[in-house]
This record gives sequence, structure tokens and C-alpha cells, in this order.
Amino acid sequence: MMEHVKEIEIRDLLKEAQKYKDNGWRLVQIFARALKDDAGNEITYSFGDDYEMEHLRITAAPGDAVPSLSKLFVPAFLYENEMHDLFGVKVEDIAIDYHGTFYKLGAETPMKK
Amino acid sequence: MAKVSKSPWVLHYDGASCNGCDIEVLACLTPMYDAERFGVINTGDPKHADIFLVTGGINEQCKDVVKQLYEQMPNPKVVVAVGICACTGGVFKETYNILGGVDTVIPVDVYVPGCAARPESIIDGIVKGIAVLDQKREAMKQGKLPELNVEDISEDGKEQASANEAQNAEAETTANAGEESK
Amino acid sequence: MATRSIIPFGPQHPVLPEPIHLDLVIEDEKVVEAIPSIGFVHRGLESLVAKKEFTEYVYIAERICGICSFMHGMSYCDAVEHIMEVEIPDRAKYLRTIWAEMSRIHSHLLWLGLLADGFGYESLFMQSWRIREKILDMFEATTGGRVIFSVNQIGGVLKDIDDSLMNQLLKSLDDIEKELKAITKTFLNDATVNNRLRGVGILTAKQAVDLATAGPFMRASGINRDMRTTGYNAYKDLEFAPIISKDGDSYARCEVRINEIFQSINLIREAAGKMPAGDIATPIKGFPNGEHATRVEQPRGEAFYYVKADGTKFIDRFRVRTPTFANLPGLLETLKGCQLADVPLLVLTIDPCISCTER
Repeated sequence: MMEHVKEIEIRDLLKEAQKYKDNGWRLVQIFARALKDDAGNEITYSFGDDYEMEHLRITAAPGDAVPSLSKLFVPAFLYENEMHDLFGVKVEDIAIDYHGTFYKLGAETPMKK
Repeated sequence: MAKVSKSPWVLHYDGASCNGCDIEVLACLTPMYDAERFGVINTGDPKHADIFLVTGGINEQCKDVVKQLYEQMPNPKVVVAVGICACTGGVFKETYNILGGVDTVIPVDVYVPGCAARPESIIDGIVKGIAVLDQKREAMKQGKLPELNVEDISEDGKEQASANEAQNAEAETTANAGEESK
Repeated sequence: MATRSIIPFGPQHPVLPEPIHLDLVIEDEKVVEAIPSIGFVHRGLESLVAKKEFTEYVYIAERICGICSFMHGMSYCDAVEHIMEVEIPDRAKYLRTIWAEMSRIHSHLLWLGLLADGFGYESLFMQSWRIREKILDMFEATTGGRVIFSVNQIGGVLKDIDDSLMNQLLKSLDDIEKELKAITKTFLNDATVNNRLRGVGILTAKQAVDLATAGPFMRASGINRDMRTTGYNAYKDLEFAPIISKDGDSYARCEVRINEIFQSINLIREAAGKMPAGDIATPIKGFPNGEHATRVEQPRGEAFYYVKADGTKFIDRFRVRTPTFANLPGLLETLKGCQLADVPLLVLTIDPCISCTER
């Protein structure tokens, strides 16, 4: 089973991420997973020390906006734009926002279920 | 093997490929396989190229790039689809973003299957391409129309076909003039 | 004040074997900022889990990228094996390690060639690729394929390497080592090469951490981190230390990668000596149910894999984050302030693999 997954509320995301930032951890990756029956997306943020890895997990219902981590971790902008284009996750205040042109796709938000 | 009449210059573009075929295309040009012994040179400029090697399937974003590169190449020109993804879409055919093989956007003359296509088959494909190139050059000398333009194979191609004919005639004259001056 | 202009770079460019597009904001010859636009190779293969059974998906995973094909397949299998709580035989672990290190040698030699081509040293390019063919021959002898060779299966591997083949492999590695030593002198000591690489595209250790870079690109900035140290596969039994360099410039990246080839050769030798006899696969039963995240060290750096399965034959979500994706912010940083003529070289120094970045 997956270890070190902490489920949190969307409003606590920035606060929790700040803790990792303060401890000198880096952002390993961000990904979304579409939930069945149009229940929105589950988003997992992974942070890494040298060889340790921990995850924060939030659930975003359709229409929920998620704050961007790109002010804390620069690379987040890539993951957040990707997540927006493929899953239709609304992310607020991305440092470099491509506004849906990160990928040019044949279908809109194709990974949404 | 047929006699190779001209040294073809090759333009390589990676459609939505996994890289496997791309590195095999490069392997063709490096020692061991060395397609340069047939006079094949890899060029980065579409206006210098005779043969267009495309690897990988075509997706929404690269389709225009492939069309533009093809259109920039002077006549006569040959397209070689390298690898199964370039032929049909391959394992990625069922994804949301792959339209299919290279022939969904431009006409293809030679299909080289394989995953990844082996350097031997790629070289075979190029040599076949040279034969097609010779045929096309002959046809152009005799005043026959060069191959269809890209628009002709798209859905709305029918209306444009007649307009293209006039253009083709013009292009042909220029091409012939070029041929003579060589 | 110099006027600013924007130059599009790519997707088709002579030095780029793969399509990426950068908008370069320049002042005269100096790059002020670079904005990437990607997606030219986006296939959407993560969505194929809904159409291919989890055992078939190994073949899709191997086609994430044709250069680190083996490692993608291996890591996907590893994640599913964790979920199914399958312990693969020790021999399979060693075989995976050997093929993984061979992949690293092939990938780094490929990169050395492209780098040489990037700074205009044609014969060095040809030499690197000539040596690389020997590794491809060994792939072919041991698996039947040259670049995509599908020897992974969930529960182990599909092929074994017997003693005579192993001796052939070791002999071939001796040849590679000898020939590589010859070109290493040129890569590291030649004045022209030094001129192009020294002090170009510096990434400091702090930037490397802040921008979450990975692999040799990061280790060249003095960060000591290599996922192999976590001891997956047979690495826990093998002796090695991550290879790092201090300067953080293009030269350091070249140095790290060359030394990693020698390291990989030694790792294969050690693994070949220690490999136990036995089965090469554990049979699996049923469907996976659960989730697992795993990280491996690919030639380009740390790759992240996530599999979530819900007890059916189709996996619910597969996610891969490849090292080039992680290295993009670092690349953009090194491009700031560089000269326009160095852009192709700097793009090459992260060893970009666009097809796995965009999947």
C-alpha cells in the first residue's frame, strides 16, 4: 500500500505545502485522478527530501478551484497547467498560466471521466 | 537494388513517436549502417530535402507542422512513413490525441513497418523512396501533374481541387525550369 | 537599450531529434527569457489503461519512450508487483539491473553523440554512436530487440541470460570501456570542446534544488542524490556511490555522464558475478487492487510512477512523471542570459526526452 499519504482539505493545501517548503523539501510531482460518476478529481501532491517521499491529497469536486503552488515551488506551474488541460481542474493564480493551451488536444479535458 | 540516380537529401521529423524509430533513423546515418554511402544526407532544411522521413503517429498539435514541412519541400518529393505508428497509429491508435498514421495528413509513398523499425528496413525504405523519386521526376519531365496537394486529401478538398490545378500547372513550369537549369 | 525580439525555436530544428518549441525573448544576441510550449508528441497514453488489460499495458509502458523503454516497463511492473504483493525471484532482479544499466550506457552514449553534433564535432558524434552499436548488439543477442525489446512481465522477466551469453556481454563491455576511454580524452581535455562547454549554462546547487531538477543535470551541480541508492532491484547488493561534479556547467554535465557509463560497466560486471541461479519469474494470480508510487533512477534522472488499481483487469490510473519534465524549469533558468548560439547546446545538456515528457 502507499505510504505517507495525508488527506487534507483544499483550504489547508497552501499551509501544509508551506511546511514542506520550510523544511527544504522539493516538489516531486502533482497528478490528478478522475473520480467516477463525475465526482471531480483527486489530486495528489508529492514532496521529496533526498530519498523520502510524502504526499498530500485533496479532493476537488467539479467547479472547486484549487490554489496554485507555483508561488512556493516554481516547477508546479507545469503540472498545474497539465492538470487543467487534461482533467479540467480549475487552478487559481498559476505563475505562468497557459490558459488551456499547454497541450493542444483533439478533445477537451480528455482524462475526465 | 535499383540504380541510384541521385543523392537524396533527407528531412526527418518526429511526429508523435516514442523516440524508438527516431534513434533508429539516426542510427542509419551513423557508422555500422551508414546510409551516407548511398549519398543520403540528413538535412534540417525542408527546402533542401527530397525525402521526408516521418516517425510516429500524427496528433492534433503536430499535424500542421507536418503539413507545413511537406508543403515547403520542392517537387518531386517522397514521403516515407517509418515505424508502425507512422503507418497506422500503432499502439497509440486508440488514444484520444492520435489521429492515425502520417497518411491522415499528407500522401505517403513508402511504408516501413516495425516497432521500432530496424535500420536495415529504414534504409530499404529510403532506397524504395529513391525509385519513387525517379518515377516522379520522369513524370514531371513529361509534363504530368506532380502529386496531389495536401488539401486534396482533406474532407473539404473537393472544392479546392480545381483551384489547385491551376497552381500545380504553375508549380510544374517552375520545377521544369529548375530541372533544365541543372 | 537594446530592442527586444522573440525568436521561435523548434519544433523542427536541425539539432533537435525531437520536437520541442521555445519562444526565446532576446536582446541582441542575449536570451532574456525562454517560454516553452510542449505537446507536439502528446499521445495521451496514460488513458490507455482503460482499454488495455494490466498485463498488456506493459507493452504500452515500454513505448512511453524508445530510449529508456526497458526502465519504463520495469517500473510499471514493479508498481503492479508491489500492489499484488508479488516478490520477484532474485535472478529476475539481477537481470533487470543488468538490462537497466545497459540502457544507461546506451542512452549516455547516444547523448554524448548528440552533444558532439550540437557543438559541431562530427567525428566525435560518429565515434560515440559507433561504440553505442556494440551495446545494441548485446541487447539484440540477449533479448532479440535493439531499442524496444519487451522482456518485462509482471512477476519477473521473459528471458534469461545464460553463461556463454554473459561472457560475450562482459567481453563486449571490455571493448566498450577501452574505446570509451579513448574518446573520453577528447570530450574532457580537448581545447575546442572545453571552450564550448566550460562555464556555459551554469545552474547553482541552490537552483538545482529549488527547481527540483533530476539526474545528471542535478548531480553536475553538486547535489548528491541517486535513486539507485534506495536499493531497488539488485542495487542493494551492489557497491556504488552517486557520481557528482561541482561546477554546474555544461562541462560538468558531460563529465558526470561519461563517468556514469564507466560506473554502469562496473555495476554490470559486479551483478554478473553475484547473480544467483533460479527462476526468472513468479506466476501471478488475480487482479491488482490498491495503489503504489515508486521512483527509479533513469539515465535522465528520477522518474515517478503511480498505479492505482481497483481489482478489475483494467487499471484505474497510471501516472508517470519523467525526468525531462522535472528538468524543464532548470533548463529555462540556464537559458536566461545565455547567447543565442548556445541555445541548442543548452537544450541538449539536460538530455531532453520529449516523448516521455509529454507521453
